[in-house]
Amino acid sequence: MNDQTTAINKINQAIIKRFPDWVQIDEREGYEGLVVETAQLIPFMEALQDEFGYDSLTSVTGVDYLPEDKMEVVYHIYKSTGGSILVLKVQVPRSNPVVPSLVSLFPGAAFQEREAWDLLGIRFEGHPNLKRILMWEGFAGHPLRKDWREAFYEGEFKPYEDRWPEGKVSKVETSNPYQENIRYPEGFNPETWIPDTEELLLQGTASIKTETDDMGLETEQLVVNLGPQHPSTHGVFRMVAKLEGETVVDLEPVMGYLHRNHEKIGERNTYSMNMPYTDRLDYFCSMSNNFGYALAVEKLLGEKYQPPERAQYIRVIMAELTRILNHFMAIGFFLNDLGAYFTPALYAIKERELILDIFEAVAGSRMMCNYFRFGGVVRDLPDGMEEHIRKMVYERLPRQVDEMDRYLVENEIVVGRSQGVGVLTPEQAIAYSAVGPVLRASGVPYDIRRADPYSIYDRFEFDVAVRYHGDVYDRFLIRYDEIRQSIRILQQAIDTLPEGEILANKPAYKFRMPKGESYGRVEGPKGELGFYIVSDGTDNPWRYHVRAPSFINLTGLREMSLGEKVADLVAILGSIDIVLGEVDR
Amino acid sequence: MPDELNKSEYNIPPEMEGTVAITTLDRIYNWGRRYSVWPMFFGLACCAIEMIATAGARFDMARFGMEIMRPSPRQCDLMIVSGTVTKKMVPQVVRLYNQMPEPKYVLSMGACASGGGPFKRGYNVIAGIDKYLPVDVYVPGCPPTPQALLFGLMKIQEKIDKESISEVRWYSDEPDEGIPVPILGPDLIDLRDFPALMKKEQEKGNLA
Repeated sequence: MNDQTTAINKINQAIIKRFPDWVQIDEREGYEGLVVETAQLIPFMEALQDEFGYDSLTSVTGVDYLPEDKMEVVYHIYKSTGGSILVLKVQVPRSNPVVPSLVSLFPGAAFQEREAWDLLGIRFEGHPNLKRILMWEGFAGHPLRKDWREAFYEGEFKPYEDRWPEGKVSKVETSNPYQENIRYPEGFNPETWIPDTEELLLQGTASIKTETDDMGLETEQLVVNLGPQHPSTHGVFRMVAKLEGETVVDLEPVMGYLHRNHEKIGERNTYSMNMPYTDRLDYFCSMSNNFGYALAVEKLLGEKYQPPERAQYIRVIMAELTRILNHFMAIGFFLNDLGAYFTPALYAIKERELILDIFEAVAGSRMMCNYFRFGGVVRDLPDGMEEHIRKMVYERLPRQVDEMDRYLVENEIVVGRSQGVGVLTPEQAIAYSAVGPVLRASGVPYDIRRADPYSIYDRFEFDVAVRYHGDVYDRFLIRYDEIRQSIRILQQAIDTLPEGEILANKPAYKFRMPKGESYGRVEGPKGELGFYIVSDGTDNPWRYHVRAPSFINLTGLREMSLGEKVADLVAILGSIDIVLGEVDR
Repeated sequence: MPDELNKSEYNIPPEMEGTVAITTLDRIYNWGRRYSVWPMFFGLACCAIEMIATAGARFDMARFGMEIMRPSPRQCDLMIVSGTVTKKMVPQVVRLYNQMPEPKYVLSMGACASGGGPFKRGYNVIAGIDKYLPVDVYVPGCPPTPQALLFGLMKIQEKIDKESISEVRWYSDEPDEGIPVPILGPDLIDLRDFPALMKKEQEKGNLA
């Protein structure tokens, strides 16, 4: 831990030495990183990229410091060769929050900057397509600002007041039927109001061209809409593709159909109330979502809340089982998308059910486990569970992954449909901030479990799965590799599982949270899952942001799809493996 | 012929038992419909995963004649609202419901679809799909287990059993207007509440 802090300080000092006028150390209590001059952000980032090798901008988000009357944009950036994260900040006045856009340097920032504009109203100058991403165009206000109130506003912080005063139920809906908090824009006239139109939606794509070829035949480009109700979009995702014949010439992903206000609700909640909400982010992988959130909060809480040995092992076991489950389902649904209607998915569901049985036994729920606590896990493994997991990871799972491999990997149709399709080069993958299997299938062996180890991953022997072609087929194959590596970790973990405590502290509802910020990240099944938390010392987080891997992986979707056939769009999307709960949050 | 079709008051000669059934039109109509409910392949959120698990081998929805899920609303008669309905999504959900041919049923799966669930206080979440669609069966849970969903589907079957061909709405003379699709304005605007809402806003002097 201390080694890491000194390493970060060393880097910070080196950067300050190089740019004494542009940056300074963030000296607020509990904060880390550097504050950059707004005007110098772009040259600074350019130099950071070229001279220091920080090439992967992983997270961009904003914080609304209402009492200090300023907005802050927070950047988390790392080297794709490994090492810890560098935190950079830009501060702007709240009345006119304008920050230079980094899309020209890091295209992966595109969606995140749009999200910051949508939810916080921070304007990014020079962004090619700055419009709302999660809410719709025309929505009133920027919901994550601290002075913005929901239609059914009840109070700033949970727990709310008694909803049954003197035995009578009181609901905000009845006391506020007209949703007083909705602010209609100046001169809003319902008769002339035009809702979000398709033209507005397609603004990002170039205009539709009509061409006449040598024979005098007129050809017109065609706009095809997929979703939000479409069986292959894995939920309520939408793509608007522009086609020339069958070839995709432009693509606009549209999201927000499952935007459940995770962050706003999270800022109203207490810290421990957020744990069950993280289950619902990526609803396949509730255990690893718990993991990321627990890490971020434990970082804030300090050494006292470091989980005991046994809890660390249980955490790793659960996280790796989740990875296996997720990758099985990813393979199954990917084959669904290719047209193998449901048979491979049923094989995947079979394994999923067996893993869910373990989750149900340890946590009490199949999907929404809510199993981790700050400083450990909520309860110990039940009797006989160790033996059950050992049998699973030594006998059942290796056999099943080989079976799936035998059935699918060399299948002629799978190979034909996916090889050479949707290529993402390593340079592009890093530029688009791709993470997880998408990044590793492009030949960049970046895995947080190795590059910046957390928990006890430095004790296990495993290889970072990597494939080099960056096409759909490699993204499909890398999931097999990762399942096999996870099985290796599981075998070691279950064999060395120590006895002992499972919680570092007494079970608590509230915690004395020190002031400061923290960013906890884990290598989730879909990639880097990060939680950025700002604490102001109260029971509720001041800012709670989720760096969602599938959301940011989608930034590269357009790049992967250009020039491909329309039928391959579905395969490309399937190979990224998105979950809408996490994309829209 | 299954015995559930026969009306007990008629005696069938022993040699014709098993080949002939004497029954009412209602009963055979509902018997045919209850085992061929086609749900829509329409997932909104977490609950959709449990819905797919229900279609899987362990829970096997096919036992109820319901395994054929169609993505097109035109071919479906059961809408399983499986997950959180957001304000951005609700126009599409209402439109899909309007596109479904009669007879049609709505099953609200999970806490979010039934009443907003954990996300009820969110600014982009509808506190229950029953604010827009007529829901036939609510299945509680977050997410409901596959067993709970199966129980909900059996409740749909029970509901079908009790319907009478002379009373069902799809054979009545009243035209089906459909449900007005809400509009995405500064916030979601339900067209049915629209006049009252606008009057209120005019009183406040918010409108031009």
